Amino acid sequence: MAVRTQTASADNLAVELSQRQYRTLWGDVWLRFRRHTLAIIGIVALSLLGLGVVAGPLVYTVDPEYSFIVDDIDSINQPPSWQYPLGTDDLGRDTLARNLFGGRISIAVGIVAMLVAITFGTLVGILSGYFRRLDNPFMRFTDLMLALPSLPLLLVIIMLFRDSLKASLGPELGIFLLVVFVIGVLGWMPTARVVRGAVLSIKEKEFVEAAISVGTREHSILWQHILPNVLSPIIVSATLGVASAILTESALSFLGLGFPSNVPTWGRLLFENKDFITQNPWLVIWPGLFISLTILSINFIGDGLRDALDPRQRR
Amino acid sequence: MGQYLIRRLLTIIPTLIAISFVIFAVLDLAPGDPTSALPETIRPEIRQQIRKVMGLDEPLPVKYSLWLRQFFINEPLALIEKTFDIQIGDSEKRIRVTSWGSRGTPVMDMIVERMPQTLWVVGLAYVVAIVIAIPVGVISAIRQYSIFDQAGTFISLIGYSIPTFFTGLLLILLFSVKLKWFPMIYDTNLKVVDWESFVQQLKQSIMPVAVLGFFQAATLARFTRSSMLDNIPMDYVRTATAKGFRERYVVIRHILRNSLVPVVTLIALGIPAIFSGAIITEQIFRVNGLGALLIGAIQLNDIPLVQTVTFIFACLIVVFNLIADIIYGVLDPRIRYN
Repeated sequence: MAVRTQTASADNLAVELSQRQYRTLWGDVWLRFRRHTLAIIGIVALSLLGLGVVAGPLVYTVDPEYSFIVDDIDSINQPPSWQYPLGTDDLGRDTLARNLFGGRISIAVGIVAMLVAITFGTLVGILSGYFRRLDNPFMRFTDLMLALPSLPLLLVIIMLFRDSLKASLGPELGIFLLVVFVIGVLGWMPTARVVRGAVLSIKEKEFVEAAISVGTREHSILWQHILPNVLSPIIVSATLGVASAILTESALSFLGLGFPSNVPTWGRLLFENKDFITQNPWLVIWPGLFISLTILSINFIGDGLRDALDPRQRR
Repeated sequence: MGQYLIRRLLTIIPTLIAISFVIFAVLDLAPGDPTSALPETIRPEIRQQIRKVMGLDEPLPVKYSLWLRQFFINEPLALIEKTFDIQIGDSEKRIRVTSWGSRGTPVMDMIVERMPQTLWVVGLAYVVAIVIAIPVGVISAIRQYSIFDQAGTFISLIGYSIPTFFTGLLLILLFSVKLKWFPMIYDTNLKVVDWESFVQQLKQSIMPVAVLGFFQAATLARFTRSSMLDNIPMDYVRTATAKGFRERYVVIRHILRNSLVPVVTLIALGIPAIFSGAIITEQIFRVNGLGALLIGAIQLNDIPLVQTVTFIFACLIVVFNLIADIIYGVLDPRIRYN
């Protein structure tokens, strides 16, 4: 039964694909991606969250640091209401405003840290996959990095370099760069492995042989023939990389070692409010919900992309 | 098997040395000076002398080899002396790694004190995760697209997307604050002597173990399912079925055994993650384990303690990886000869 529905839907896809006049690679990817319901839900949810944190603070212009105690002594630990859509915290600050700002930073950290990790991982992966001489040392290094206890090391590095970076670059930018760099540097290994595996199989293909035989130089073989063909695993691991970077940043902030207290991130909000869980559970539920939703949507999208980009692995 | 074991054991040594060097170098190259915490009234030449006695002006390799000796010779010897209550050589003169924070207590003593709590929670969580995840993955795969499979896939996706610090807080909210079933704070002083205290120990372990276990089970179940699905269409499965073996026998003896090989790798690769998770869960439930020790040491800037705990985490990871590799060798004879 299950098998039959699957072949039927595969036939539908084939018909749908053949009906179009011209086809492009990315058009096909989109067509396959669109059929992945969860991935589409993920895209919608993530766009809403993204829109919220980017445009939200422009529309909802409440200062996240402003304490409403000044106007009204009863405005601490308020549950959600018309005046405070998500309630207020123990200092009478507006929870919605803090979550919107927090999301901005969390998502920014996720994206930039992913870029660092992907760049490094792709470089190591391609070089060790293509050049046999580099393969062994590079992979040994990757294995070593995988054996390092990443969270303790992250905590240690941030503890050690926090103050000097704060002094030279300012509290916000300094910590941002530090967190992003450290998460990236300790997170490139899975990408490197996946990319290496892909390069190893691509470089044996006939078109690479053909390129070599017409005298194409090595760097253009690498960047023009091999890189485009390993793009799909890179895209998938980039997507999942954003999720894991957001998760790591939240974990750091949750342990009190991320951003300083005047910069709210989702993890930081959880850390600050976890002791008020009995008085006002909303303070913990909102940031936790936003982190979980973001990660969940990104993971759905990643799953959808994997199926769409590599139809052979589809099941 | 014996040869494989020895070869595998030998690869540990360079790994541990490399890891220890990375940890040492990171802490040593960091800005900051241990004498900066001393009172301002100390004269510069005395400060210089203190630096010299502490060995701060030695070059990095010298400092590193001294630390190595402390860590790999002095500490194990002290540990042996303590467990068997004997004296080996001139043990008074051996310098041990001592904490800057707790009045110069040897770091290792503090770690030995904290280790059981962490291993109890982490170990139990991993066992629970494996026991839940593998059957779920297997059933999901053999009944692909059934309601069980779809529910299982969805729950496991949620399980590995919700961060442990949020599930932990949610569980506290539900079971400690609202229902009052389990205690909010883990009591490390509890000694299991009779049935009642055993029940109490179980009660306080349930939430930390559930949080850690759920996260791991989600990842493992997903992976077991896809690994089973890789093996189901294989020819050897069809042969076994054609021979007339019952489904249960084919699934367990043929498909599962082959599918477990990559799963074991994932279990090994998941160990760093579960220890990281333990740091967070210990923070949520106030478990007085290694993770709590590390966080406390970081807040107090206690470098020797931080260094040692981080290295112990690395050692635990390496050891568990080794165990996984040995199981790997048992499950798949091919890799022994590679």
